[in-house]
Amino acid sequence: MKKATIRFGGLTAVGDLDLQIRERELVGLIGPNGAGKTTAFNLITCVYQPTEGDITFLGRPTSRLRPHHLAKRGIARTFQNIRLFGSMSVFDNVRAAVQVHRSHGIRDALFRMGGFRRGEADVEKQVMELLEIFSLHEQRDENAKSLPYGDQRRLEIVRALATKPKLLLLDEPAAGMNPTEKVELMKLIRFVQEKFSLAVLLVEHDMKVVMGICERIVVLDYGIKIAEGTPAEIRTNPKVIAAYLGKEADDA
Amino acid sequence: MMHTGAKRSLLVAIFIAIAVSFFSAHFNRYYRDVAIDVAISIVLAVSLNLINGHTGQFSLGHAGFMAVGGYIAAKITLVFGVTAVAWAQPFIFLGALIVGGVVAALAGLMVGVPSLRLRGDYLAIVTLGFGEIIRVIFQTSETFGAATGLVAIPKWTTIGWGFGIAAITVYVVGCLVNSTYGRGFLAVHDDEIAAGAMGINPVRYKVTAFVIGAFFAGVAGGLYAHHKTTLAPTGFDFMKSIDIVVMVILGGMGNTAGVIVAAVLLTAVQEPLRALGPLRMVVFALIIIALMMLRPQGLFSFGKKKGAKA
Amino acid sequence: MEILQQLTNGLALGSIYALIALGYTMVYGVLRFINFAHSDVLMLGAYSAFFLAPVAERLFGPQTIAGALFIIVIAAAICAVIGVLIEFLAYRPLRSRPKLTVLITAIGVSLFIEFTCQHKSVFGADTKSFPKLLASRDVAIGGLHFSSNDLIVLVLTAALLAGMWFLVQRTKMGMAIRAVSFNEKAAALMGVNVNRVISYTFAIGSALAAIAGIFYSMRAPGIDPLMGVQPGLRAFIAAVVGGIGNLPGAALGGLLLGVIETVAGGIPGVSNYRDGIAFAILILVLLFRPAGLLGKSMVEKV
Repeated sequence: MKKATIRFGGLTAVGDLDLQIRERELVGLIGPNGAGKTTAFNLITCVYQPTEGDITFLGRPTSRLRPHHLAKRGIARTFQNIRLFGSMSVFDNVRAAVQVHRSHGIRDALFRMGGFRRGEADVEKQVMELLEIFSLHEQRDENAKSLPYGDQRRLEIVRALATKPKLLLLDEPAAGMNPTEKVELMKLIRFVQEKFSLAVLLVEHDMKVVMGICERIVVLDYGIKIAEGTPAEIRTNPKVIAAYLGKEADDA
Repeated sequence: MMHTGAKRSLLVAIFIAIAVSFFSAHFNRYYRDVAIDVAISIVLAVSLNLINGHTGQFSLGHAGFMAVGGYIAAKITLVFGVTAVAWAQPFIFLGALIVGGVVAALAGLMVGVPSLRLRGDYLAIVTLGFGEIIRVIFQTSETFGAATGLVAIPKWTTIGWGFGIAAITVYVVGCLVNSTYGRGFLAVHDDEIAAGAMGINPVRYKVTAFVIGAFFAGVAGGLYAHHKTTLAPTGFDFMKSIDIVVMVILGGMGNTAGVIVAAVLLTAVQEPLRALGPLRMVVFALIIIALMMLRPQGLFSFGKKKGAKA
Repeated sequence: MEILQQLTNGLALGSIYALIALGYTMVYGVLRFINFAHSDVLMLGAYSAFFLAPVAERLFGPQTIAGALFIIVIAAAICAVIGVLIEFLAYRPLRSRPKLTVLITAIGVSLFIEFTCQHKSVFGADTKSFPKLLASRDVAIGGLHFSSNDLIVLVLTAALLAGMWFLVQRTKMGMAIRAVSFNEKAAALMGVNVNRVISYTFAIGSALAAIAGIFYSMRAPGIDPLMGVQPGLRAFIAAVVGGIGNLPGAALGGLLLGVIETVAGGIPGVSNYRDGIAFAILILVLLFRPAGLLGKSMVEKV
């Protein structure tokens, strides 16, 4: 992967946003409520189509794709309001996501020749490796929805990683977490990014989390990019302080 | 999880079915007929379970697919089979069943396509509509006997055919769902948007479920035609679809074993209950309501799953 | 001329569909599920009229307008109570469950009513001839022939539709209904008594269904416990075609369906497929406008 470029513009909700994510970079997208973070996120994940401008990933446009194509291209995501497969076990949640890059289909499942058995064993190994990395392997047969909240967040990230992404999009992963959990989450994101050498786009409301781990931060306000830079630069940027930090400071 | 033993179990089941079939002449005729009814119900319920239970696409049109398969298969036998020599008959029967299933699968494809855009109750009403349209077409078509339907269909469905095909249905649905590929059906059932984000194409899975489900419903229709020896369009109305839906609900949506038990139970009590007339359906209705209130996950489901999602 | 005649016949039938469709659409608006039992309330309305007719005759004399009004009002009241009861007993306990559970329950309730009524100690499964509520005369207007009953049905239906519009748009309860349809939780937080609004919606919808059932029976050869199924399905389709949850949409869908069905029924060769036409329209509309003709499409938020 040379360079992942994401560009779009001309929207009323998110206007002329120019955003680039380089290989193995941890970028934060922040902004006050209603700044257009979620809209931007939905544009990248093909939930919305841009009215103008385009989005490219690895040099190829993605803006007209359906969400499931995106996963095949190497973009995975988590959801703000955790969307695990509720009737399935922890193991199966990850297993369902592993199949993106497998050629096995109906025929293999029905005729069950040797290749099928090897394939299934391979899948099991992959899934268990992933679960072990995140120490969820002991809960493999538990129902996904019965896990504690923090583990559900973790499982969602594991599930996204199972699609072998090059870019991981995290939609407000710190939502609903207490300070201790947030610290854990920051460690986890750092770890994931290094271990799997991924590019990560973190859309987050919580300033501490973003400031703590991101290499580069993009600040949105009213759908427009008002600042971009390292955490240190952002912290001192007067525009950002006016739009965001100022208010936060007052609240605190 | 179903391992590779599944293939062996399938062969054993088919063998037993055919072996039992050889002695069926010694059975009481009444019980033999009920047994075949049971086998057909298993095929119907297990195939509907793939659509309604595993994939979560609530369909009320299963009787429509059954009608397509039944009519096509019966027509084929009536044209080619009756005059054929005895040894060729099983092959013609098999061919008729498969062609009936394939045409029903095409109908399933047609229903599957609107399901790309519809969910929940909208889909339920569209599938119901498809079932009705199919019934109207057969009721109007002279080729298929119009309102009288088809008569004098040879009675070829035996215990062997019935349970052999039931075993194949259970095998196919079971193997499909219990594979990494098959987790996609459940993923679509649980959360379409999340499934899409994980690279699972929800449309593909939904249409696949409809096509395979409809195929087996069609085959079941063929078995039914060659069991009852007459077909009338009124036999495939909304109520027939409801019968099958009740089996799936009672057994627990997405629970194949439970659905088989429910299919056996409900079909076995069907004949004695027929004496009750309209009260039979009253009992059915009360079962549905009570289940939804008390055990929406089905009677024979003991997992942690809490009911089906809309 | 022929086609004009068909058109007016279609409008008469369509306006009845529209009345039933309003009930479906209002319930869908507040609870987001298809009330399958709505078609059976229609049937119960027709049977109420059947049993009320002799009473009306004793009170007001044979086939008087006062008698007909008496029948319509009492039948509507009976069905309003039944509708509220159905919601209270069967749907309310399941309010927080998945929609599919409620949908299946609704099918169960519908079957329960239909087959209980078929039992010989209730109504019996046979078709009964519906009493003449009003003497019907042929009215000729500019070469077109109408039965006076059809005209009365058309006028009354138009008045009811207008009344419904007023009720939903201009009254306090109407505002509450719209608030609950829009966002139940927010409405509750704003002090709207959601349970009362839902009961009220069922009462109005069921009363309309009862009236529609009586009108429908006046045109039909007879009544039986399954009579509600076909008009009910068509009215539901009308509601979806118009855009479910949308009142003018339901009226439009009903009229459209009635006209198309009547006109198509007059064409030889097509008339055999009459029962399938409504569904064909439904599928076509949903394929091209999934939210219906007047509905707004909603994208699920992620």
